[in-house]
This record gives sequence, C-alpha cells and structure tokens, in this order.
Amino acid sequence: MDSDGGKGGIPSHILRRHCKRSRLSKKLFTSEDHFSTVLKNRFKFDTNLQIAAHGLSDEQKEFQKMAFDFAAHEMSPHMAEWDEKEIFPVETMRKAAQLGFGGIYVQPEVGGSGLSRLDTSVIFEALSTGCVSTTAYISIHNMCNWMIDTFGNTEQREKFCPELCTMDKFASYCLTEPGSGSDAASLLTTAKLEGDHYILNGSKAFISGGGDTDVYIVMCRTGGKGPKGISCVVVEKDTPGLSFGKKEKKVGWNSQPTRAVILEDCHVPVTNRLGQEGQGFNIAMRGLNGGRINIASCSLGAAHACVQLARDHLLVRKQFGEALSNNQFLQFKLAEMATKLVASRLLLREAAVALQESRSDAVSLCSMAKLFVTDECFNICNQALQMHGGYGYLKDYAVQQFVRDIRVHQILEGTNEVMRMIIARSLLSESG
Amino acid sequence: MSRVLVGVKRVIDYAVKIRVKPDHSGVVTDGVKHSMNPFCEIAVEEAVKLKEKKFIKEVVAVSCGPTQVTETIRTALAMGCDRGIHVEVSGKDYEAMGPLQIAKIFAALAKKEEASLVILGKQAIDDDCNQTGQMTAALLDWPQGTFASEVTIDGEKVKVVREIDGGLETIKISMPAVLTADLRLNTPRYATLPNIMKAKKKKIANMKPADLGVDMVSRVEVLRVDEPPTRLAGVKVETVDDLVAKLKANGTI
Repeated sequence: MDSDGGKGGIPSHILRRHCKRSRLSKKLFTSEDHFSTVLKNRFKFDTNLQIAAHGLSDEQKEFQKMAFDFAAHEMSPHMAEWDEKEIFPVETMRKAAQLGFGGIYVQPEVGGSGLSRLDTSVIFEALSTGCVSTTAYISIHNMCNWMIDTFGNTEQREKFCPELCTMDKFASYCLTEPGSGSDAASLLTTAKLEGDHYILNGSKAFISGGGDTDVYIVMCRTGGKGPKGISCVVVEKDTPGLSFGKKEKKVGWNSQPTRAVILEDCHVPVTNRLGQEGQGFNIAMRGLNGGRINIASCSLGAAHACVQLARDHLLVRKQFGEALSNNQFLQFKLAEMATKLVASRLLLREAAVALQESRSDAVSLCSMAKLFVTDECFNICNQALQMHGGYGYLKDYAVQQFVRDIRVHQILEGTNEVMRMIIARSLLSESG
Repeated sequence: MSRVLVGVKRVIDYAVKIRVKPDHSGVVTDGVKHSMNPFCEIAVEEAVKLKEKKFIKEVVAVSCGPTQVTETIRTALAMGCDRGIHVEVSGKDYEAMGPLQIAKIFAALAKKEEASLVILGKQAIDDDCNQTGQMTAALLDWPQGTFASEVTIDGEKVKVVREIDGGLETIKISMPAVLTADLRLNTPRYATLPNIMKAKKKKIANMKPADLGVDMVSRVEVLRVDEPPTRLAGVKVETVDDLVAKLKANGTI
C-alpha cells in the first residue's frame, strides 16, 4: 500500500469497510499493525483550514492543501521516530522535492518552482504540521538554493541549482562561528586569494545538515574587518580541508544533524564565489530575510497543530465530572491561543508580501514577524502542552515535540534580541 | 486516439466529524471541509497513468454540482487531467441528485465527447451508493469493469482484474467501457507545484443538465437522517452456560 511517490494513506475506516468483502483482501490486510501504521500519529490538521486559507488565492489554497496532505501522510507518521532516532529523512525530503519543494522560490529555468514568498510561507506552515524539524531544514535548503540562484552567475546557477531543486544534493548555510553569533560581521574565517583559489581557514558552529550535506554556503573574510570584508563562497563536500565536528545532541531539531564545519587550508576555486568580494555579508543578510519568514512559518504550523491538539484533548479529557472543554479558564486560554495564532499569521503573511514586493519596510517587517511569531507560537505550543496535563510531558504525545522543535526558532536565524536591534535601528533612523 | 471521461465528486472530507442537521433533513455541510472523494482520486490517477503510457490521448474531468465543485475539478487538473467539464446543478436539484441522474449525465457526455472509457470511483464516501458506474454502463449499453484493482489495455479490449467476494476475477471487455476504481488500483499522486500552476490555464467548460437533455427529477425522497444509535455497553458473563442462557433469553437462539 505504501507509496511509490503517492499518498498511500487511505484512512483506516474506509480501508476496513472495503476490506470486509473478500477473503483475499483480508489476507492482504491481516494484521492490525497495518491499520495502526496508517493511523498512528497521523494527524490531518487541515480541518480548520477555513481560517488558515482566508485571503489566499485558489492556487494558494491548492498548494496549501497539497502540503497538508503531504505532511499528514509522509511526515506525521514518522515525526516521532525521526526525532528519537535522529534520522535525517533523505528519501522523504526527495519526495517533497519531486513535488517542487526543493526550490520553491527559485526560478523555473534552473529547476525551481518560481513561487512567491507568500506561497512559500503557506507551504512551510502546512508542512510543519507534519514535522517541524524536517520542514525547517527544507527551508534552510531553500534559502541556500535561492542565494545561488539570485547572486550566482549563469555557470554557478546551472551547476548547483538543478541538483538542489531535486534534492539530489543538499545544502547548508554557514555563517555562525564559535566566536561570532549575533555579532555575525565579526566572523574570523579567512579566505586568502592564491592564484585562482581561495584558501579557507576557520570553523563554523551549529551548522544545520553539516556533515550530511553536499553544498556549503560559507561566509568568509576576504578583506578587512567588518561586514564589507566578507565574501560568500560555495564549498563542495569532499573538498580537501573540509571536515566536521561531532554531531551535536540537541533538545529538538533532531531530524537534522548539526555539526561544526571545519576549514583547514581548504582550497575553493574563485569561480565558486557568489557575487563580488565584499558582497558576502549582504548576500547572507538578504538570504536571512527570507529565512526568517520561513522559520516563522514553521513556528506557525506547529502552533496551528498544537491548537488543534489542545482542543481535541479538552473535548475528550474529563475531570470533576465533565469534559475540560466546559472549564471557562481553559476555554478562555484556548481562545487567546487561537487569537494570537491568527494575529501571528496575518503579520507573517504581510511580511512575506512586503519582501516579495521589495518594499522599503520589508527588512523591518520580516524582523517583526520573526520576533512576534516565534515568541507567540512557542507560547501557544507550550500552553497546549500544559493543557494536556501529565500526558503533555510524555513522548507518546506529539505536543511536546512541537514545543521542543520550535524553541530554537527564537534563537537562530538571528536571535529575537537581534530582531529588536534591527527594528529599533530602523525606527530610530527614520526621519521625522 | 482516445478520450477518457473521469468523474470526480466533491464530498465532505473523510477526516471531518459528521453532524446531523437539527431538523434531521441531512448532514451539516456549511463551512465544513470538502475534498475529492478518495475513490475518485484513484480513478483520476488511473486515467492519468493511461495517458502517460500513451494508451489514451485526453483525460476530461467531470463533476456535477454547484460552483464549489470547480475546486474539485481543479484538483483533478492539477493531477494531470487535460480539461474539465462542470455540469451545473444547484439548490433542490443538487440536494436530490443521486446516482441515476449522474449516470444519465455521464452517459450523455460519454456520447457527446466520444469517450472510449468512463472511469469512476467505485462509490462515494458520503452516500456509499456504488451505483453510478453500473447505471452509466447500463444506460450506454457498454460493458463494465467494476471494483477494478488492475486495468490493462490490450488493443481494443480492456483486461480488468476485479475484487469480488471470492477473491479476484479477471475479465476482458471491449471498449468503449465503464470502469470503477477500487482501493488497490493505484496510489494517487500528489499534485506537484508546477502542475498546480499549469492547471490554472486549463479550461473548465460549463453546462447544465438540460443542455445534455437530462431531466434531474429524482424518484427518491429522503424522509429523515439520523445518527446511528449509540453503541450500548456489552455484558460480561462468567461461564459458557451463562452465555447460552443469556442468548436463549435474548431470543437469539
């Protein structure tokens, strides 16, 4: 029954009804295990779709529906296992790439889907309901793919983008170092020009996919201090001098490996540099604007799922002689969660549109959206866990994984503190 | 070479909890999530597969109902159908619409479009009628391959492996024919992002049952809709003798 690229997930009550017929069909479905595999942990979170679909075009609703289906059938049943066993689900991500998820906002002539930032946000929000960690990695991969597509020359785009779009190759974004996180412009990895190669020396920290990916977008210092001395180069796996640290043990995001990336006299051809020398920091920041929308979209999907999980739990769990859903405090709490979810979604989608249209307030809005959405959605998921009582703390229940997975969204792609810096700077520099 | 008509029905999504209307005239559909009937998805997938294998040239997705069914036709287009036909039925006619009316519409369309195959889902998950395919074949006087779990085109004939109570039955029928898709026929594909965008440009023709010479009068009247009775708790007995005694007292034996 299971997929060769398709859905495979016909719901069990329909399966059971239609298997009553023949003894042969009974043979095909003897074990309850089959049904339980199909149903286990398989959440379809789109029954509240009316709200999440408001204001979207017919086409966007189709994207969203398809992404929800993919999340429910291909990701949700495995989300717990991927987390527990720290599996990097290459095959599932390649299935996603076949549907166009490898380069959602990359141009079609190099294999991308050519969609807008808003389309992308809607898609990542839906996919996140299946597995936040995997969706977050897919979004990082997309960001790297876009950077090459946007700042690369024709040779670079044709060399790297098609394989990134199909996810034949995977990408990693390497900016942070042990000594420079929020203060990214102070990075120390050097790139000395020798003939037609740069010699890279330094190390990058907390790199998502590091060690298991094929293409590394590395921000390194070709010039003097500060942002203007930074360039962006593409380092390919198996380049001599490229090695990795140990796989980090994390609270969440366990379906993607995180390692240090170590560069020791790593020779990278000058032809692998994206854009001009000194343009690297700008490229990195422009990548991050979209990355912030994407990460916030992942938080949104998790919160969407958690509101539904909490609601379902309240309707089922009884204490003091009645369902928890009769308790006014919990009703009010649920209402607040739903309200903040909708508010988050609106801010995020507005930021996505602003970025798409290159509006002057886009950078500020993306920072505001990342700040607000990741904070609020973490609170929503955390609150949902609380509503589950003791059960919320058990790994049998998905809510704890959503909480653990999105906690880091308040930290990476620019901490929420840095988001405030960006917003304040923009406000204080405005004339009048 | 040949054209295939595929029927797609917009039904309440399988994951939704169905609620009966307070006046017991039907189920609540307002504001409830709808999607394509799962067996219709399988039918669309089979038709698109046949086209990819170059057995047929064109796949036309057909749906009957109010404006909302165009969403379902678009999904079929995104899965690979070439064009759509929306047969507009609304209001009382839509509520009373059943397999016989649909079969008449499909029979008329099959003749009009000169289809070689009509592929439908074996039944819809809302009414579970399992009649439309059979009625369509009868009205057209075409052979039918229902409950298909495997379809192979062999020249002018179709080999169909059918799921029946006793196991599997293989039949060979001449085209034109009507097929209905069963669960194991295939695994429907996801629409890809590029296909969803291409679907926007595909045409959906609009027509009314009257244009096809079909009268929508129903011979069936729904009197009342109720939820199934709540399942009562069972009774545990200690011994086999107790069980027999209880069954006797019950009148069961």
